[in-house]
Amino acid sequence: MIPAAVGYVRADSAQAAVAALGEHGDEAKLLAGGQSLIPLMRLRLARPSMLVDVGRADDLRGISIDGDAVSIGALTSHSDLEHSADLVAACPLLAHVASQVGDPAVRHRGTLGGSLAHADPASDLPAAVLALGGTLVATGSGGSREIAATDFFTGFLESALAVDEVLTGVRVPVSTGGWSYQKFNRRAQDWAIVGVAVAEGGAGVSLVNMGSTPLRASAVEAAVAGGAGAADAAAVAVDGTEPPSDNNADPAYREHLVRVLTERALVAAGA
Amino acid sequence: MTVTDTPFAGGIVGEARLRKEDPALLTGEAKFIDDLDLPGALWVACVRSPHAHARIDGVDTSGALAVDGVVAAYSGEDLADTWVAPLPCAWPVTDDMKNPSHFPVAQGKANYAGDIVAVVVATSRYAAADGLEGVVVDYEPLDAVVSVEDAESDRVVIHEDLGTNVSYEWPLIPDPEGVDAAFEAATHHITETYVHQRLIPAPMEPRGVAVVPAPHNGDMTLYSSTQIPHVLKVMAALTLGVPEQKLRVIAPSVGGGFGCKLNVYAEEILCMALAQRHGVPVRWTESRTEAAGSTIQGRAQRQTIELAADADGKLTAVRATLLADMGAYLQLVAPGVPLLGAFLYHGLYDVPLYAFTCKSVFTNLTPTDAYRGAGRPEATYAIERGMDALAVAVGVGADEIRSRNFIPTEKFPYDSPAGLVFDSGNYQPALDRAKELIGWDARMAEQAERRAAGSTTHLGLGISTYVEMCGLAPSRVLASLNYGAGGWESATVRILPTCKVQVVTGATPHGQGHETCWSMIVADRLGVDPDDVEVLHSDTAISPLGMDTYGSRSLSVGGTAIWMATEKVVEKAATIAAHMLEANPEDLELMGGVFSVKGSPDAEVPLAGVAFAAFTAHDLPDGVEPNLQAQVTWDPPNFTFPFGAHIAVVEIDEVTGAVDLVDYAACDDCGNQINPMIVEGQIQGGIVQGVAQALWEEAVYDEDGQCRSANLADYLVPSAAECIDMKLDHTVTPSPTNPMGVKGIGEAGTIASTPAVMNAVVDALRPLGVTGMAMPASPMTVRRAIEAAGGGAS
Repeated sequence: MIPAAVGYVRADSAQAAVAALGEHGDEAKLLAGGQSLIPLMRLRLARPSMLVDVGRADDLRGISIDGDAVSIGALTSHSDLEHSADLVAACPLLAHVASQVGDPAVRHRGTLGGSLAHADPASDLPAAVLALGGTLVATGSGGSREIAATDFFTGFLESALAVDEVLTGVRVPVSTGGWSYQKFNRRAQDWAIVGVAVAEGGAGVSLVNMGSTPLRASAVEAAVAGGAGAADAAAVAVDGTEPPSDNNADPAYREHLVRVLTERALVAAGA
Repeated sequence: MTVTDTPFAGGIVGEARLRKEDPALLTGEAKFIDDLDLPGALWVACVRSPHAHARIDGVDTSGALAVDGVVAAYSGEDLADTWVAPLPCAWPVTDDMKNPSHFPVAQGKANYAGDIVAVVVATSRYAAADGLEGVVVDYEPLDAVVSVEDAESDRVVIHEDLGTNVSYEWPLIPDPEGVDAAFEAATHHITETYVHQRLIPAPMEPRGVAVVPAPHNGDMTLYSSTQIPHVLKVMAALTLGVPEQKLRVIAPSVGGGFGCKLNVYAEEILCMALAQRHGVPVRWTESRTEAAGSTIQGRAQRQTIELAADADGKLTAVRATLLADMGAYLQLVAPGVPLLGAFLYHGLYDVPLYAFTCKSVFTNLTPTDAYRGAGRPEATYAIERGMDALAVAVGVGADEIRSRNFIPTEKFPYDSPAGLVFDSGNYQPALDRAKELIGWDARMAEQAERRAAGSTTHLGLGISTYVEMCGLAPSRVLASLNYGAGGWESATVRILPTCKVQVVTGATPHGQGHETCWSMIVADRLGVDPDDVEVLHSDTAISPLGMDTYGSRSLSVGGTAIWMATEKVVEKAATIAAHMLEANPEDLELMGGVFSVKGSPDAEVPLAGVAFAAFTAHDLPDGVEPNLQAQVTWDPPNFTFPFGAHIAVVEIDEVTGAVDLVDYAACDDCGNQINPMIVEGQIQGGIVQGVAQALWEEAVYDEDGQCRSANLADYLVPSAAECIDMKLDHTVTPSPTNPMGVKGIGEAGTIASTPAVMNAVVDALRPLGVTGMAMPASPMTVRRAIEAAGGGAS
């Protein structure tokens, strides 16, 4: 498919990106790895008039660990997350989830910030950051602010970012307690039909593709905190979900899957 | 011609040689349609109906014409005078077959989502795409016919002038009373109904067309990503009224077809017409989304198979009844696709009585046509699933029921109850070998242990044994089926003055490795290096005669023509060599590139010397023409009948319904093999394609006829990550039909693997009460089947 005509400007730093967004307003879209935006543009489902390409903004790339916090630049690729020995040691859930995104080509180009900002309820990484209780850092013309992951996903493909804000970084706690990511799909490269991420033995639980946004499974977390076993805690996994329907699964089958996968994830995480 | 087990003595045929084609393909040197550099070419974009069924009340192209770069835009009415004939269907299977008019651009009505209703011509691909948005079509949506049952009911008649949605009924019932009597007398009467979902062929390279006209002398070169440049030339000449001698068709590197490029498409004829009209090159490249709706689809039929058997499970009659979906129009060979399976619903079993009937209907969906296997996967699926049901009824194993019914080896050549003659076969050893490869007894024991332990991860074993008819085909047999063309193939072998060799073939490769195999056949006989043999193909100016590539015909028909042309060249060279050696031609033998006199080892002349002598023509025997060249057109006396046994092992998680293919073994027999590596590649790829029908692929349509799987995220073509190592072996039962003793192998894997996997799925779940399963066996489908049977942990 052939995308509609679009303007293009490169922004090689976070500040330059903020300035470009300020200049072009809501007709501009940030282009990072392009793994979600470009296909939508080729189908003409997305028609921004200006692309602000932050692909070479190297100040937005990298993983650093300081005490009990892991800071990750928004442009860090899934492949870099997957293969970072530091991240595998400090936050194995996030590194593992990154390894489950798409295929190797997607993981080399796709970025953590791009995945979170796209806010696709079927994406893997939002669930990991939610389960870990992460914090997102947004930078706009007035400076930077922090947004809790639980407040970030506001609707289907919608986030709390303002029009002129750039998601510049993500912070998650060092998390080496029991974890699991149960991704159920038919081909390795696909989005999850349903996914369940569990961090810290069940203290954090999140769901993929069970509603219009990535979801935190608060009822499951509460059940675990209250001492429920994996099966009992998983029984409430459906609470607060609105599962979609597609070729792979109708809502009833998704509800069945999310209970099964939640129990398996909790067991694997030692809950 | 005497057939020996191994007619090859040169030490080259039979080697697993790397493919000559691959360096150019792997480095990007190979040129596909979209790589062609055509300065000044106009780009075509097609406005396609978003409705499956709608009246077209008006087409306004003015908005497109206002777009910068758009040169022209046409509705169907605008181009109505352009066509001399409708798009061709070359296989009117019955005299009263209903065939609706089908033009490149629809007029009055759109009959499927994807039907072209207008066309935009622009100076760039981008401008053409922008122009599409400027065309306004006034549609009046109509009820869509989506299922074959709805079509058969004629609730909505799609083509009003035909009065019905039924295109034809084609029966093959040699002895109706006998069949009825056999079913009345049968101890076991199995009736099973299966549905073959629609499949999207999805080759790596979508279609593409480029047309270069020479307006002043009327020449026209059509480049197309096609399997059939030769057939296309004839059909395009007829459809557009272009003088055939002025038309040259070239298939450049073609990135796969699987049958979907065995067609004459609207876009090919449309681009020719537009190139004529505008007098400049015109091109079109299909997008992946377009391909999902506008390239033909495969399978799409409901089938009922009945088996009559005695108390021991010995078959006494087979009856198959099909309801096949042609889609909105009849494409090139679509009506004949079910017929390619019509003779094979008894599989490789010795059955005295046989009945087959096919009714084919129109729907408001993308037209169907040949897709890898074309009719034979459907037939094999029905009989092989049915045999498993019979095994359960009789109370014997899936292996035993087959062994009891195989056509005995001593019956070959076998007169089949459907009227074919199976050339050669030896079925039991293939099944024995496949069982050995998979470790049948150990797997069965493992299954029993799991069941005894109450495991919720079930192990299933599925057998599929098959025979197929391929190598299309004897022209006389095709005539008896009302096919519009012959089944011969042409070859030229030319030894150049420097003893390098050119081979011209009418077979048209699109990934098969013809260049490698053809040069091996010639090199083996002539005693030259295969790299010194160049194979020319896919251009009607270079290779004017050909019937192209489909139906696993290239080797057994085209390769045989090459073998025969080589023999003819050798015969002529021997005459010249005998003259040079002052010997009798009958006393000469050609070994290692040298002619020698039998019994006189010192009297010899190299082929190179003969080639040069033939070129200079200074001293040729009387009556012998200069140069070493021979042309042969071979029309085989029969199809070939490859066979084999495949076994799939699956694990199923009864809680989620997920099916995991964990092991696969196959023993195939395609007679003598030219290049075993290429045979293995065909089998591997074929198996994966067949497994894909069982587990992943389905063109999903909603009740309005909208495709809900029109991209590769929703249409689940498997990737390497879904594939497993397969345990492959072969037996060799040469065909007596051709001098090389070869049989086709391009479709066998696809034919065999789908029922093997589905039999394994049902076998795994039988303890839970599951007796059938729809394709594809997706997790949700499997889980629902388990729940419907009243079982399944949650």
